[in-house]
Amino acid sequence: MNSGPLLRVEDAGRDFDVSRPWLDRVIERAPRQLLHAVDGVSFEVRRGETLALVGESGCGKSTLARLIVGLYAPTRGRIAFDGVVISDPANHAQTASLRRRMQMIFQDPYASLNPRWRVREVVAEPIRVLGLLSSDADIAGRVAELLKQVGLSPEDGDKYPHEFSGGQRQRISIARALSGQPDFLVCDEPTSALDVSVQAQILNLMSDLQAQLGLTYLFISHNLAVVSHVADRIGVMYLGRLVELADAQDLFARPKHPYTRMLLDAVPDLEMSGRQRTPVAGEVPNPLSPPSGCTFHPRCPHANERCARERPALVQRGGTAAACHAVEENRI
Amino acid sequence: MTATPVLEVRNLRIEFPTRRGTLVAVDGISFAIAPGEVLGVVGESGAGKSLTGAAIIGLLEPPGRIAAGEILLEGERIDLLKGEQMRRIRGRRIGAIFQDPLTSLNPLYTVGNQLVETIRTHLTVDASEARARAIALLREVGIPAPEARIDHYPHQFSGGMRQRVVIALALCAEPRLVIADEPTTALDVSIQAQIIQLLKRLARERGTAVMLITHDMGVIAETADRVAVLYAGRIAEIGPVREVVRGARHPYTAGLMGAIPKIGAGAGKHSARLVQIEGSMPRLTSMPPGCAFHPRCAKCFERCTVERPEPRPVGPNLAACWLYE
Repeated sequence: MNSGPLLRVEDAGRDFDVSRPWLDRVIERAPRQLLHAVDGVSFEVRRGETLALVGESGCGKSTLARLIVGLYAPTRGRIAFDGVVISDPANHAQTASLRRRMQMIFQDPYASLNPRWRVREVVAEPIRVLGLLSSDADIAGRVAELLKQVGLSPEDGDKYPHEFSGGQRQRISIARALSGQPDFLVCDEPTSALDVSVQAQILNLMSDLQAQLGLTYLFISHNLAVVSHVADRIGVMYLGRLVELADAQDLFARPKHPYTRMLLDAVPDLEMSGRQRTPVAGEVPNPLSPPSGCTFHPRCPHANERCARERPALVQRGGTAAACHAVEENRI
Repeated sequence: MTATPVLEVRNLRIEFPTRRGTLVAVDGISFAIAPGEVLGVVGESGAGKSLTGAAIIGLLEPPGRIAAGEILLEGERIDLLKGEQMRRIRGRRIGAIFQDPLTSLNPLYTVGNQLVETIRTHLTVDASEARARAIALLREVGIPAPEARIDHYPHQFSGGMRQRVVIALALCAEPRLVIADEPTTALDVSIQAQIIQLLKRLARERGTAVMLITHDMGVIAETADRVAVLYAGRIAEIGPVREVVRGARHPYTAGLMGAIPKIGAGAGKHSARLVQIEGSMPRLTSMPPGCAFHPRCAKCFERCTVERPEPRPVGPNLAACWLYE
């Protein structure tokens, strides 16, 4: 059981009911309206690796992160952590102890820390809640150790979050996440609110911590360059579905899915090689009325009649899995 | 010197008087933008880049004020103009594009209404002519079916389309200068590329000077002709984009370039560590003496801690660093 993947997501889906109020629906005879934020996603996260999920806004990557840590319940599908299905309420007794092993780091360090608490209280809360240590002296010692681990000084524990810059606050968030001694961290855009020089500090810190503590990361980001720096494997999402899943090197060297190719083409060129960016035609469609078949087909240069009709499944080929008829039929 | 630059900023200083003393947010910034040129202004949050933009269009929020220096638009001072006079320049001769397209459009009016109003405020045309012009502008910024879209409200447009409307709005009186403050930051990468190309094409075709304010070096590398790197309210380095991006002279610029993750051959977790600039930008209340960057600089020596460097020519760039004395 312990040699399998740490996390397995099978056909997970989450719908949000965005219907009009009941009375309006009755009067206007309007149907219920469901938004499929995550629509049948399956993947595994192996022990000790960093799996990154990338996609544009509204692709469902943050919803997926919340499904995994249990902030939302999945509408469909199963999520198993260390072999136990945590999305099933029947396994409640077991899941409580498993949930301790996963923590989440949020995007905005200005919103995720309680402004009325001193930093040492913020960091100590998970230790107290999970009952990891009991004496105050032990807890204080552990908090000091955690603050040092993330590059702050133990004296910083007496300050309030507003006294810190954005990067330092994100360090506090990381210390808090680590205080429960998790082995799996779900990081939802952990650096996108930060300036580049600070982002580099946090990314380096995260990779150091992974090496020291043997952590497994699920790293959610919209920034392909950031992802290329931290990830072992990368999943690309589009309108609630996973369209490509590959090793980081393969994905950047040989992108398969037309959407992945398009995303890579759209990344600004810092090397100034004179490469012309191919701007993408069109925009992400309204998720309330996604296109038929492959949801990418209206923007895809390789789309044909089958793409408009039939939804492609994620097919593994070599090191890369892609959900694309054109790739499957060797058209591209 | 050949032609007069469209915009010239000389020794601009912006101060905020507070109860605990005067804070200097922008300190002695000088630059010029030629017709048809795109000047990128980069820096991290708090470097003073947006304040500089706001000062040029006369939208500095009180108590912030221009304490010293001059701003010249086509050789004519505009920093001393008051209310109504400045309002006539804003929109007519200087267009502005802000980060969030939803807040720069009035949600209660159709985009056509807003375009026609702006056109008629600045140009003497009748209503039908203004409408024809608005449709032409919408077509030019790449909005499909402009004849129908002109009567839609801002919420009926997607983020990328809205930003196109804002660009049309900024360009509708044929301004000489456009100030674009983080125009693509709120947009997804795929849309960002479209907007950048649009901005660049329009500036080139019309000979409009563009001041492009952003924190995204990638956007600058693709769009700008020259770049000014701001640090703690001062220009650290300014020069042709290629020279700044690939051959940074100032240690801050070099560190900033190294800190940006790049998609390259060595993708994956085992790629090189990112260059790390320790610490963070000083707060305005505790600005270090000498060079503002010295506490974070690996190449700092004694003179840096006492004497403030001014931008001086280093190759094709100007860099404010004692290393090149």
